[in-house]
Amino acid sequence: MNDIAKVNGNEQPKPRRPYTRLSGLEPLVITPELGFVNVGERTNVTGSARFKRLILDDNYDEAIEVALQQVENGAQIIDVNMDEGLLDSEEAMVTFLNLIAAEPDIARVPVMVDSSKFSVIEAGLRCLQGKGVVNSISLKEGEEAFLDQARRVRRYGAAVVVMAFDEKGQADDAERMVECLSRAYRLLTEEAGFPPEDIIFDPNIFPVATGMDEHNNYSMEFINATRELKKRFPYSHVSGGVSNMSFSFRGNNVVREAMHSVFLYHATKAGMDMGIVNAGQLEVYDDIDPELRELVEDVVLNRRSDATERLLDAADRYKGEGKQQEKDEAWREKPVAERLKYSLVKGIDKFIVDDTEEARQQHASSLEVIEGPLMDGMNYVGDLFGDGRMFLPQVVKSARVMKKAVAHLVPYLEKEKKVGEKKGKILMATVKGDVHDIGKNIVGVVLACNGFDIVDLGVMVPTEKILAEARKHEVDVIGLSGLITPSLDEMVSVAEAMNSEQFDLPLMIGGATTSRAHTALKIDPCYPHGVVWVKDASRSVDVARKLASKTHRKDYASGIRDEYEQFRDRQAKRKTRKPLAGLEQARAKRLELDFAASPPQAPAQPGLHVIESWPLQELVDYIDWTPFFRTWELAGRFPDILEDEVVGEAATSLFEDAQAMLERIVKERWLTARAVCGLLPANSDGDDVLLYTDESRQEVRERLVCLRQQADKDGPNLCLADFVAPTDSGVKDWAGLFAVTAGLGIEEAQKRLPKDDDYADIMLKALADRLAEALAETLHHKVRTELWGYDKKEQLNNKALIDEQYRGIRPAPGYPACPDHSEKTKIFDLLDAPGNANMQLTESFAMLPTAAVSGYYFAHPESKYFVVGKLDRDQVQDYAKRKGVSLEQAEKFLRPNLAY
Amino acid sequence: MTQLPWHDAKRVAALEQQLAQRILVLDGAMGTMIQAEKLTESDYRGERFANHTADLKGNNDLLSLTRPELIADIHRKFLDIGCDFVETNTFNANRISQADYALEDLAEEINKTSASLARKVCDEYSQTTPEQPRFVVGVIGPTNRTASISPDVSNPGYRAVTFSDLVETYREAVRGLLDGGADVLMIETVFDTLNAKAAIFAVQDEFEARQARCPLLISGTITDASGRTLSGQTPEAFYYSVNHAQPNAVGFNCALGADQLKPHVRALSRVADSLVSAHPNAGLPNEFGEYDETPEQMAAVIKNFAAEGLINIIGGCCGTTPEHLKAIIEAVAGHPPRAVPQREAA
Repeated sequence: MNDIAKVNGNEQPKPRRPYTRLSGLEPLVITPELGFVNVGERTNVTGSARFKRLILDDNYDEAIEVALQQVENGAQIIDVNMDEGLLDSEEAMVTFLNLIAAEPDIARVPVMVDSSKFSVIEAGLRCLQGKGVVNSISLKEGEEAFLDQARRVRRYGAAVVVMAFDEKGQADDAERMVECLSRAYRLLTEEAGFPPEDIIFDPNIFPVATGMDEHNNYSMEFINATRELKKRFPYSHVSGGVSNMSFSFRGNNVVREAMHSVFLYHATKAGMDMGIVNAGQLEVYDDIDPELRELVEDVVLNRRSDATERLLDAADRYKGEGKQQEKDEAWREKPVAERLKYSLVKGIDKFIVDDTEEARQQHASSLEVIEGPLMDGMNYVGDLFGDGRMFLPQVVKSARVMKKAVAHLVPYLEKEKKVGEKKGKILMATVKGDVHDIGKNIVGVVLACNGFDIVDLGVMVPTEKILAEARKHEVDVIGLSGLITPSLDEMVSVAEAMNSEQFDLPLMIGGATTSRAHTALKIDPCYPHGVVWVKDASRSVDVARKLASKTHRKDYASGIRDEYEQFRDRQAKRKTRKPLAGLEQARAKRLELDFAASPPQAPAQPGLHVIESWPLQELVDYIDWTPFFRTWELAGRFPDILEDEVVGEAATSLFEDAQAMLERIVKERWLTARAVCGLLPANSDGDDVLLYTDESRQEVRERLVCLRQQADKDGPNLCLADFVAPTDSGVKDWAGLFAVTAGLGIEEAQKRLPKDDDYADIMLKALADRLAEALAETLHHKVRTELWGYDKKEQLNNKALIDEQYRGIRPAPGYPACPDHSEKTKIFDLLDAPGNANMQLTESFAMLPTAAVSGYYFAHPESKYFVVGKLDRDQVQDYAKRKGVSLEQAEKFLRPNLAY
Repeated sequence: MTQLPWHDAKRVAALEQQLAQRILVLDGAMGTMIQAEKLTESDYRGERFANHTADLKGNNDLLSLTRPELIADIHRKFLDIGCDFVETNTFNANRISQADYALEDLAEEINKTSASLARKVCDEYSQTTPEQPRFVVGVIGPTNRTASISPDVSNPGYRAVTFSDLVETYREAVRGLLDGGADVLMIETVFDTLNAKAAIFAVQDEFEARQARCPLLISGTITDASGRTLSGQTPEAFYYSVNHAQPNAVGFNCALGADQLKPHVRALSRVADSLVSAHPNAGLPNEFGEYDETPEQMAAVIKNFAAEGLINIIGGCCGTTPEHLKAIIEAVAGHPPRAVPQREAA
């Protein structure tokens, strides 16, 4: 029937070459122009130890991140494999595929369902709306089973990888590979209804250089088979799991990556056009050390009988640092432009001034040096970062080197009176009331690296100043940052002011508390000229580039606007779906603890405790490093992250730098840590915690106003007040308050750092933050074992502390159990934190110094951290009344939690 | 490639002959026509369901059982003005959708009765106008659940319906349609491609059981201005996802008016190896949920579809009356159908 429309007035189009056409949310048509198709391999429990751990731990949030990274690193298809004995593989496959289906940035690419069990494959196929790929089926169990599976795959509409495996076993020479796969091709096309373009051959990639002579020719067998298969079946594809071939060099990534590159270089020439690879880690063939390349080539092409021994002998020299040092000499011999680029990519500042000077003498002007070799180098860094082949700490180091080079040229530039062309000028500011700037500084550095001119107004910048400076500097984009909740309202105010002052510059929004939801729902409607939420530093370059571009800006901004508009529509529709429990109903489901049965223990040392200067050395062991790496946008748990396949190298180098600075901070007393805490008589009154002036419990000194979960759910609806004995129980109880900082003296410390060294600056702030957290942890430990003393025998190591395996909690205002930052004023007031610990609060309730923690102590064994979640109007009204503020103010404090 | 034989090779040959010559026309909106009748609860119930516990008003598909003559007359109105196809009154005739009316066990019966009703009317007309044979399109609607989207925002991995449930549900509907005498099956208003893939799976299972097949049409729906299906696919991605069914035609229907649908039909036309169909709404609904586009307005846009050579089959979805279809038939008359690209010889 498809032959019918030939005879008619419309011209018959030229016959089409049938390309493989796959889809996720978007199409993937495999044309020759596409070159080699990267299939992401990291979402595979058999290939990635990290992914396996995440799935076994049920940590699907991070597992999804792995998939996202793969796609961002250029994977055009993602391979998903859940073949692990400890897992219900079918269930894990379905769970994961359903979750990534909800992530448009991942779901846009097709999925390769990978399993050796056909039941798992089928379970996966039942979740794919797009046209995916099955990996794999084979003739292992004969034609009947093969055809049965093939027909089912076809009925689900997937393409198929067929492995060179038949009744006689796995094919390991070219002749058998071709024979086995040709037979499979015939069966697939003639009996299972497969079009040739939906067939992908996997002739088997086996490990080479194993020490067994019969393995030496495996790569060549694959390459020869590939050539023949592509000749016979030009519409089909050849693929394979590349990392398998270097299996015997596990632990030596330099050699492994070189082997993969060399293998792919030759296999793709023979017609291999698809491969399961780590999309982020493929060394360019030409970039491999020539000596190593030669050795690897001997192995891959099986060119000499002693190839394996020679590579084994040499391999150790190419391990991690060894390679670096050996190369040191070599790169110094290259032309100056190459040396500059090398220094920038590797973040080496040792030679940069000399090399820059040499370049200056070779060029007509200093500007040419910046715009020529230096910018070329930075563009290369930008590309590597964009491809996920460099990570944030490395990029920030590159920027440091760049700054040093530019600083050397500045005097000459001034003489020459020339100004460089920039990609665009971007104003960056942390909004009024907020003091957090690590994220903003990182974005500033990354953008500067990519050729943008940055006007950084610092922290606590009032709206008027942002607008005035934007006009004065004629910037192209305004970027706002903030970490605490009240900053969200500030950003709305800035957007409103920009609108009323008739600005038409685009606005970028970023920072930990910001979100796509808040930007779409609250900021975007206030300002019509483009508001874009930027998830993290790595996305900022692309966004800034588009916003600063005269040609792309309008389309891009209106595209984002449409996206936000749709988001708002969806949100409006959602709202009605999940009603919250009414406040009374939620209160009826409070956590009922039997205080009379096990009466709370009185503090051993009640009252106020001030520690003027806590020895920093004691804090070092209490540091939780995982969030430190997160600050630098390196995902993973410490210490595993140091060994991570993707970010391990960057993480290790960052950690070494951090240790070095930490040592100086401690030894040279760069920072002072102070703490104050109080243990006071307390009882709960409904959802409030009353703190009394003394043990007579006659006079209420302060009322801590808490919030209750309103989700309609099983189990109790928690409120912090539930952990304290109610007034009417007649039971005496106590609660604590604390405020700590490790950031005193940070301005002085900054002066000790090399000038304009963003890397060191960000590092110092990040370490101060960690020390403050460690102090909060240490003080809590002291409270539990000594000051309150309810748990005198507690013996926990750092890991156990981080995992919170102790009794009692220390929730902090502004965090999920008590999201209202403004409650900090009561803590500061009761403890006299300004007097006792030299700490201040801004008008938006951000703490100064920034490296600080404040919160409550609750000691009941049942007390635990929880998320208050969405709040309905009834509770917010009640909350405002209890707190003695207007409803409007309360709504402002609780903005992100409002369900209405 | 192996293929099952046609169930009725003669009728398929007649259809192919017509499709080779001109753009064929589907009928218009069953729902709009029924609405105009202003039926009451008791009209829907008839005698058979007089004592049914649930409300039945609005269950249009049930009218094939309770008011068959009314449905047959609506089919006749579209055939009178020259439509080539009538679509069976079965958009919601599946176990999942009928559960809303506590009539899930009637799904197969409604499909079969609706198809034989359409069969009877088509045969009447084919006899009076043998030069223009008429064909029954067995309609397979999307059901009211989505297989690849979670209805619970806080639980994105949750699914309200599984692929296997859908296959079972569709299989029953397909069986009824084929038993009732449908010439062609149409999986339509596809808002979630995974639902459509389950429908395809069921259709192929049923073909295999019968060792015979009939032509298959698949029509998606683009629900918003971003140009994607509800489940997020672009037109091309949608087509690649259903192409394994080797549909005889693919297209888009519903959601948008002809004007807004055009770029998506064009995108499909560029990549499709099969015939291309479209049956748009009579414009976008106004605030009362009514469709305002006049027959003349709609026909003018559709004339351009034809002039550009985008389509082989055209029709109308929500809001389109016999007057609309009459204008459309006139607008496409004389325009040659889209030429189907061929595969390069290996």
